[in-house]
Amino acid sequence: MTGTAVLAPPTTERDPAAIEARGLVVRYGRRSALAGVDVTLAPGQCLALFGPNGAGKTTLLRVLAGLRRATAGTVQIAGQPVGDIATRAFTGLISHQVMLYAALTARENVTFTARLYGVPDPAGAAMAALERLGVADRADTAVRALSRGLMQRVAIARAIVHAPRVLLADEPYTGLDAAGAAALTATLDGLVSAGTALVLVTHQVSEGLALAHHAMILNAGRVVRHDPAPPLDPVRYAADYRELVGAT
Amino acid sequence: MPPDLLAAALLVARKDLAIEFRTRSAFFSAVVFSLLAVSIFYFAWDPTAIPSADLAPGVLWVTFAFSGLLGLHRSFGVEGADGAMDALLAAPIPREAIFLGKAGANTAFVLAVQAVAMPAVVLLYNVGGGVAWLPIAAIAVLAAIGLVAVGTLFSSVVANTRLAELLLPLLALPFFVPIVTSAAQATAQLLGGRPLADAASWLKLLAAYDLVFVAACTWIYPHSLDA
Amino acid sequence: MTSPAKPAPLAASPIRTPSVDGLLVLGVVAFAAALVRAAFFTPPDATQGLAQKIFYVHAPSAFVALYCACGLVLVCSALWLWLKDERLDRVAEASTEVGLAFMTVVLITGPLWGRPIWGAFWTWDARLTLSLFLWFVLLGYQILRGAVEEPEQRARYSAVLGVLAGLLVPFIHLSVYLFRTLHPMPIVLKPSSPSLSSEMLVSFLFSMSAMLLLFAGLVRARYRLAMDQAELEHLEGRG
Repeated sequence: MTGTAVLAPPTTERDPAAIEARGLVVRYGRRSALAGVDVTLAPGQCLALFGPNGAGKTTLLRVLAGLRRATAGTVQIAGQPVGDIATRAFTGLISHQVMLYAALTARENVTFTARLYGVPDPAGAAMAALERLGVADRADTAVRALSRGLMQRVAIARAIVHAPRVLLADEPYTGLDAAGAAALTATLDGLVSAGTALVLVTHQVSEGLALAHHAMILNAGRVVRHDPAPPLDPVRYAADYRELVGAT
Repeated sequence: MPPDLLAAALLVARKDLAIEFRTRSAFFSAVVFSLLAVSIFYFAWDPTAIPSADLAPGVLWVTFAFSGLLGLHRSFGVEGADGAMDALLAAPIPREAIFLGKAGANTAFVLAVQAVAMPAVVLLYNVGGGVAWLPIAAIAVLAAIGLVAVGTLFSSVVANTRLAELLLPLLALPFFVPIVTSAAQATAQLLGGRPLADAASWLKLLAAYDLVFVAACTWIYPHSLDA
Repeated sequence: MTSPAKPAPLAASPIRTPSVDGLLVLGVVAFAAALVRAAFFTPPDATQGLAQKIFYVHAPSAFVALYCACGLVLVCSALWLWLKDERLDRVAEASTEVGLAFMTVVLITGPLWGRPIWGAFWTWDARLTLSLFLWFVLLGYQILRGAVEEPEQRARYSAVLGVLAGLLVPFIHLSVYLFRTLHPMPIVLKPSSPSLSSEMLVSFLFSMSAMLLLFAGLVRARYRLAMDQAELEHLEGRG
């Protein structure tokens, strides 16, 4: 059963890295979305992923989530190959789309996901997740009736209801106002502190760096820069980024 | 433990049916369409030249094919709207379970529409007494399975394209030909009071079609995905 | 420092469409020659008369369209699902387009032959019916391809349709067979392949070979065109 919170700091020799990806290539014909990418992430760490549109960030996340098979390379999530069905149980996915069923209530959406992941007591876990995101009072409202900010919170609740070891967030700040963004940052921070490994794709340099232990820039399917994050100054980093990928 | 194939398929099917229950718009549209089509067909023939009861099988199964398309179209539409499909694909369930779950929900949908359309045809077309309900219900189930297997797969494919509403009938209708033919011919035999054996060849064809295409579509569905 | 990504190498060297495509020219010339021979240098059939000569176009077209084109699409689709090689998709694409053209010829020459011989423009016999529905499927294939932008997705959906269409063929056959068995339809003259004198047989074989050559030439030319276009797009994208 997944989800035991890992409170200890980065890997010992026996703990598998949360994400271990080597030489990822995603290619069809002449088009190459990823051209050899390595990612290593320990539990309880956050990787901020930056890059221009078309750099391959979404493709990389989809490969890690098991949504897309790589043409070459290996990916292990918590020590298991990503192609296995059971490995997907370790992963949670947040996107700029809410991935919810508009006609169903928040509770129904999250309970459905809990059942898909085989969470014991799915209804209870769903309510717990909604409470954690502060939307429990709207649990029985149809999702379509919620504001964008609340929908995103329900979406996050859906993504974490099974206590994933790895959380993949693809531009989750899209469409959120300042309050929503702050709430999101707080939630993600809490999850990372409790041992979840987080890959965060975002265009918001400052928000990304605030949470990150590492920062990576992807361009044209390759890693062009990879730094440990804490010493980085957001302003300088943003300037470097623009220089690296060309003005956007 | 994540659910196995059958349990996951049931989860997906229940979810789809719950959504349909909540809105009911697709169901009512399909039912109304069926009734309208059945009514319009009646006026397309001269009732003195051809007894309307003879037209009934053809009308019933042709409208079945088209009303089925209406229902199928929304099957993957509900996933695409907010990217919910990704959530299903990221879950630790076999991909085939998604297909089987949706096909299951679609079968229930199509049969529910037929449950209204069939009595309507019997009524409006003055189909004579002694309608062999059980065998005709069996035809309906077999036809629904075949239609839904192919239709669910194609609706998954066209959901990601620009011309979805046009493409679904265009791609699916050639595949419906053996279904409509078999169902209509078998129904005509049965309504004509012929013994079951006469309709048997058509039923066997339908059953063979169902076996082949349910297996093929279930197998091919994961290949139609990105992953 | 950015390292510019090198373009991924093509599985084979870039195809160049030559200024003179030998095979295609040969096919066209052979086809023209076959037509001339059939029209002017072959004796007309005793019972069916001049109209029978359409047979020299109709039958080979049907053979090429049904067996060569559709068979090629089926095989390439199945292989693509396994190997995911772009070239297989391009061959299937070329085969479908050319097959659609040949199938259209079949559907036009069929009624043209049928009217004087059978007394009816259209009889729902097995081959014509199958040709009609495969024509729809091929058309659907083309439209599907036109509706999907992304190359891999387009190839994937096309391959799925190709494989399923292959499974459909026996069921259409069976449906028509069962239909005709249970509902024998009166026809003025029973349509059958004419028994051929040696001269007519030679013309027929010549015509068949010409059609095969033409098919091969057209498919290869279309394939090269598709590959060249892909190459051009790729270069423009990176340029």
